[in-house]
Amino acid sequence: MFDSLSSRLEGIVKRLRGKGRLTEDDVDEMLKEIRTALLEADVNVGVVRNVVGRIREQAIGARLSEVLDPGQQVIKIVNAELTAMLGGETLKIHYASRPPTVILMAGLQGSGKTTSSAKLARWFKGQGRQPLLVGADLQRPAAVEQLRTLGRQIDVPVFSQPGDPVETAKRGLEEARRLGRDVLIVDTAGRLAIDAELMEQVRQISSVIQPNYTFLVIDAMTGQDAVGVAEAFHNTLAIDGVILSKLDGDARGGAALSVKEVIGRPIAFASTGEKLTEFDQFHPDRMAGRILGMGDVLTLIEQAEQHFEKDQAEKAAERLMEGEFTLEDFLEQMQSLKKMGPLGNLMGMMPGMPKEMKDAQIGDDQLKPIEAIINSMTPLERRKPELINGSRRNRIATGSGTTVGDVNRLVKQFAEMQKMMKRFGGMAKQQRGKGKKGKGGGRAMPGLPGGFPGMPGGFPGMPGGPTQLGQGLPGAPGGFGPFN
Amino acid sequence: MELIYLIAIAAVLVFGIGVVVLNRRRSAAAPAPAPKAAAPRPVKPPPPAKDGTAAAAVRAEPEHVPEPLDLGGERPTFRSRMSKARSALTGTLLGIRSRTGITTETWDDLEEALLRADVGVRVTDELLDGLRTRVKAKEIIEPGALLDALQAEMVSRLDGADRELHLEPGPADEPNVWLFVGVNGVGKTTTIGKVSALQAQAGVSVLMAAGDTFRAAAAEQLTTWAERSGAEIVRGKEGGDPSSVIFDGIERAAAKGIQLVLADTAGRLHNKTNLMDELRKVRRVAEKGRGRVTEVLLVIDATTGQNGLTQAREFGAATNVGTEGSGVTGVVLTKLDGSAKGGIVFAIETELGLPVKLVGLGETINDLVPFDPTEFVDALVTLD
Repeated sequence: MFDSLSSRLEGIVKRLRGKGRLTEDDVDEMLKEIRTALLEADVNVGVVRNVVGRIREQAIGARLSEVLDPGQQVIKIVNAELTAMLGGETLKIHYASRPPTVILMAGLQGSGKTTSSAKLARWFKGQGRQPLLVGADLQRPAAVEQLRTLGRQIDVPVFSQPGDPVETAKRGLEEARRLGRDVLIVDTAGRLAIDAELMEQVRQISSVIQPNYTFLVIDAMTGQDAVGVAEAFHNTLAIDGVILSKLDGDARGGAALSVKEVIGRPIAFASTGEKLTEFDQFHPDRMAGRILGMGDVLTLIEQAEQHFEKDQAEKAAERLMEGEFTLEDFLEQMQSLKKMGPLGNLMGMMPGMPKEMKDAQIGDDQLKPIEAIINSMTPLERRKPELINGSRRNRIATGSGTTVGDVNRLVKQFAEMQKMMKRFGGMAKQQRGKGKKGKGGGRAMPGLPGGFPGMPGGFPGMPGGPTQLGQGLPGAPGGFGPFN
Repeated sequence: MELIYLIAIAAVLVFGIGVVVLNRRRSAAAPAPAPKAAAPRPVKPPPPAKDGTAAAAVRAEPEHVPEPLDLGGERPTFRSRMSKARSALTGTLLGIRSRTGITTETWDDLEEALLRADVGVRVTDELLDGLRTRVKAKEIIEPGALLDALQAEMVSRLDGADRELHLEPGPADEPNVWLFVGVNGVGKTTTIGKVSALQAQAGVSVLMAAGDTFRAAAAEQLTTWAERSGAEIVRGKEGGDPSSVIFDGIERAAAKGIQLVLADTAGRLHNKTNLMDELRKVRRVAEKGRGRVTEVLLVIDATTGQNGLTQAREFGAATNVGTEGSGVTGVVLTKLDGSAKGGIVFAIETELGLPVKLVGLGETINDLVPFDPTEFVDALVTLD
């Protein structure tokens, strides 16, 4: 799809090499790339103008010509600016002293209000609260039924009654008091933001239930219109926070930045998957890299943490660097990896993966032959593939339903890879020895977005060119040249 | 095969290492966090809950939605329905017209207007570069003429596409199948309801196949529409296999001599491999029986930004029966009566060659109209 901003800036910097110093024109050329990247991420035109202006001031002030790597320097400035704009603080929910804490959900048609309502209810439940959902969307056919079904799935009661939505919301509030539920979430009808009648309806609901929090649900795929929508709702309802839905798509989500900037309210929650559990408080620090098209490494690593056996992974990595990584290790790791979701998704989240790989339609089924081959080996063969002779090869091929050629290829490639790993493993160790590690330890990982400069050949994005080891994910192999 | 090995290996390695290194760093600063319990992602949607209260809830609601015979009066114009979208651009366009010549500000304003309409950086640059050349050559001198030229250029980019909905005549037991696909929340189900009503009105017999077995109550929503438009409906179990529901729908239509099957599918994000694989299967299975798929319509919400292009590309690839090209035969642009301008269709039409066939200009059935490029562009960039 889009080249990442990082690789574009690298392109400019490459052309500038040898010039010795950066002129203001050079900076402007970089700013133009930044502007394009932001616009392609759907950041609002007006917001882009302001951001680029601020970045320009800083970039010029930073005396880029004197630093070793001006491209990286610019990216750092951009990243810091975007992170600051998105807001460092996560919204802290203050519960009403006299329960229930009332929450009103508003948003456009199809933005994901009903699903977000249920996910939010589940989140509150996880916080030890007892929510009640109210279905006041009496307009869309079956909206209430959808909410009821979701309510059953998360075991949260749902109140609704036909007729007038305002009356329904009011009764819902009474119901919450009667049942002693301490959080009330009111789902309202979707609207086009400009429909005066429906806007009036949601305003009336708001004045009747007096919400403690009013959340605006915004689709992460929204384009330039996000700002207008947010302003319209904010003027009518006084929005307290935004819930960003469908963030598990591949949209860059520039809308989040725009809305935050224009109404000055934080992104409170983000929905990261179809499952009702895939919903959490928003992490602004990760969004900057995503808007710039630089992958979402932190989310990836967090997922990996959940699904990989820590000890196993650690041992495997250790063996890897020694060049003793076995097919058994590989199988174990691959099985963990598969738990993290479809391979295609993971590829999408990897920063700097080359286009050919991202575009390759790899279904998890396609990995099955590999698994089958390894599964048909004896444990000893997995540890020492060099033992595999003609008759063993035949047995493995028959057992896995593949051909002898397939088995051969796997074993050969694995051996090549092992060699390479050893080489890079050694390099990584050297680097680690130099003690460059302090920097990337924090949650924000300041060096990260800049850590994947366009590495020529092989896997351009794989972190770990010797000069960058202190920033990205040190120790990772630097390239797989011979395989390409 | 090589590529797969590579990907598997590379990914496994990078992950393994990433985790370990980060853990090490963290444990250097603070005690390592306990690894959270592994919860494998289910590929299938969660098991359906038994719905007992469905009927009551469904019947209770529709209030603003039109009754069967209320088609919403006359066919609406793009201009009247897109007034909210237009008003956002009016200021910019007025500014351009009010200047005596074509200045740097003129170009800035034009660019901003196009970008605000979600036309996208690339198409905007192309449009403006063409105009700049003509202005330099003194072909265009007046701001008014510049706007006219822009409008003409935009229309010509959308010209010549086949915007017909294909309903091919054939034996009575070989129904046409129109498959509706798209991401979540764009209005697929509502669109099917309206298409059904319009086709029924035109004398075509219709059957709906409720292939959205994932979203809670999607089938109920479709049933409401089926009742209203007098169409048959085939439903499956919630959480069931969408391919088989659609297959059953087609077989039922074939048996009863129904001409057109409108097949709903669950909204899905185009980067979810498993869900897109499911869609591939739906597309394949739809031709296994006696039906012929004559339209695959991608529904896109007019508020969608630059991601719309990716959506179109991915859904095209997933519904393709051959090896190349796009399986999508047309685009339905919904919610154009809001404040969004739907400019992403320029990129979708010119870069992917997918024609917009229908647009949604309002809530009633008659508000779903054939796409008209001239009217659309006119509504976007012409001042009253």
